[in-house]
Amino acid sequence: MSLQAIDTQDIVPDSLPGADTTDRDARARARALLLERTTNALNGRANQAVAWLEDCLAAVGETDPLREPRTFDLAFGLAPRRLGRDPLETDQVARERLRREAIACLPGWHPEGWRLDEAVRVLLLTAAGDAVVPALLAHTLRHADLPEQLALYRALPLFPSDVDMIATVRRGLRTNIRAVFEAIAHDNPWPARHLDEAGWNQMVLKALFVDSALAPIQGLDDRCNADLARMLTDYARERFAAGRPIPDELRRALGPHATPAAVALLDDERGLAAS
Amino acid sequence: MMFIDPHAHMISRTTDDYEAMAAAGIVALIEPAFWQGQPRTHVATYEDYLSAILGFERFRAGQFGVRHYCTVGLNSKEANDEELAEAVMDILPRFALKEGVVAIGEIGYDEQTALEDRYFRAQLELAKETALPVLIHTPHRDKMRGTLRSLDVCEEHGIDPSLVIVDHNNEETIDTVLERGYWAAFSIYPSTKMGSERMVSLLTRYGAERVIVDSACDWGISEPLAVAKTAQLALERGVPRAAVELACYGNALAAYGRSGQMQESDWLDPASIDQTELYAGNSILRGGREPVIEAPKVRRTAGDLDIR
Repeated sequence: MSLQAIDTQDIVPDSLPGADTTDRDARARARALLLERTTNALNGRANQAVAWLEDCLAAVGETDPLREPRTFDLAFGLAPRRLGRDPLETDQVARERLRREAIACLPGWHPEGWRLDEAVRVLLLTAAGDAVVPALLAHTLRHADLPEQLALYRALPLFPSDVDMIATVRRGLRTNIRAVFEAIAHDNPWPARHLDEAGWNQMVLKALFVDSALAPIQGLDDRCNADLARMLTDYARERFAAGRPIPDELRRALGPHATPAAVALLDDERGLAAS
Repeated sequence: MMFIDPHAHMISRTTDDYEAMAAAGIVALIEPAFWQGQPRTHVATYEDYLSAILGFERFRAGQFGVRHYCTVGLNSKEANDEELAEAVMDILPRFALKEGVVAIGEIGYDEQTALEDRYFRAQLELAKETALPVLIHTPHRDKMRGTLRSLDVCEEHGIDPSLVIVDHNNEETIDTVLERGYWAAFSIYPSTKMGSERMVSLLTRYGAERVIVDSACDWGISEPLAVAKTAQLALERGVPRAAVELACYGNALAAYGRSGQMQESDWLDPASIDQTELYAGNSILRGGREPVIEAPKVRRTAGDLDIR
């Protein structure tokens, strides 16, 4: 999975002038790519499926899903029953092509492993339009089952971000279900770009805490900071005192902020493990 | 032998129970939405309850190698709070189509009031609309009349009896429920419902066709191993193995499998995505050994002082 980690230098920082427009255009291109691949996958199977999807997308676009959620809720719920849970791309060559095209739209975005039902749910949500998406996402996540949560959190780069979105994602990161945590934290450019330092640090520390890998976290090296290094060093010390192993990846996350005490502790632990 | 417990309120149970159930051969269970002892007074707490039984509880069960499904519905007790009931009816369509929801239930009568009747009927219509089976809770008091009334109302709404599981039956209600084509479920629950000995007598007398055994274990004094223990007792008393398998496994699978949300491959051949996200698998069954009916081997005692 670490092969998918990308250089976050490609990501346009929010503070740059024109970032909003650039961001909107990039998301529109990404959604068009997702719609094209989804339609292709459905065309190969049953035309009724394409018609159902088109009807649903049109209906969601025409109604206000926040005021009248029924149309959206039913389409969102029915997606896997109507269209199945097959992969969006079945062969390796097509996946690789989708991977390259996706990164060209949105750096760090990885839809190549998505299933049809996941793609359709993301298309349905984004059909509501930028003004509605953050609130609709929060509404949907309030009662989402596991596959729905995974689909939505993996698709964060396709959604416009505002203050509410950050609260939504931080709520998601508080999950007890590791797959949900990883849908946000792994192979996803959204956290590095949008989380503030406190939120970012909590995510990295939690990854270690729930035995999740650090390597698939995008921007890990760019966003290391002194406070995170302190938190990680404290955590390493706590593990050491409890006689529990310290995860190997912890050292990398310290970056240039590793203190001599932290290095000594990690070396000491390694020595103990070897003996 | 593999077992399904098609009625277990696991949200009230501990990890010890999950371990014991997995060790006893319970591969799957169904958590019907019901009341929680304390009445809910806001729709939001109801919403979070439904999210919990189809979300975290499903995940929690999977970590012990037990597949978890649920039913959603407005129970008969809380149907008597009209303001709450109206609000719950608005959110139910949203939950009925979630992954792993195998029926609308448990619904029916408690005191057989007008409000209970109204929301029972409304939910039968929802079941038709969503093509889901129905789990009926028959009342504990005035049981015979309440059971007959439940069947009459189902028929009035044109519900196919083969899509309806009638639960909490006893020696009085079994004849009618089976004669009219419904699934007859029995909750092996100490003191108030059915007992293992009586259940074995019923299996001996009626056979296992459309008979389902469950534990209904919840926050009261109840037994999460009731299905496995009843199966063991039935085998000891000479009930044919095939009949025990039907009552304690096959019939529940056939009835709730009509939802399209529950199939044997879920536990025998789980998809790789499920194995990483939702389901740890049951190492005891994978090892091919006969499951052990009783408490888990490593039961905590005061003597085990080493907690890691």
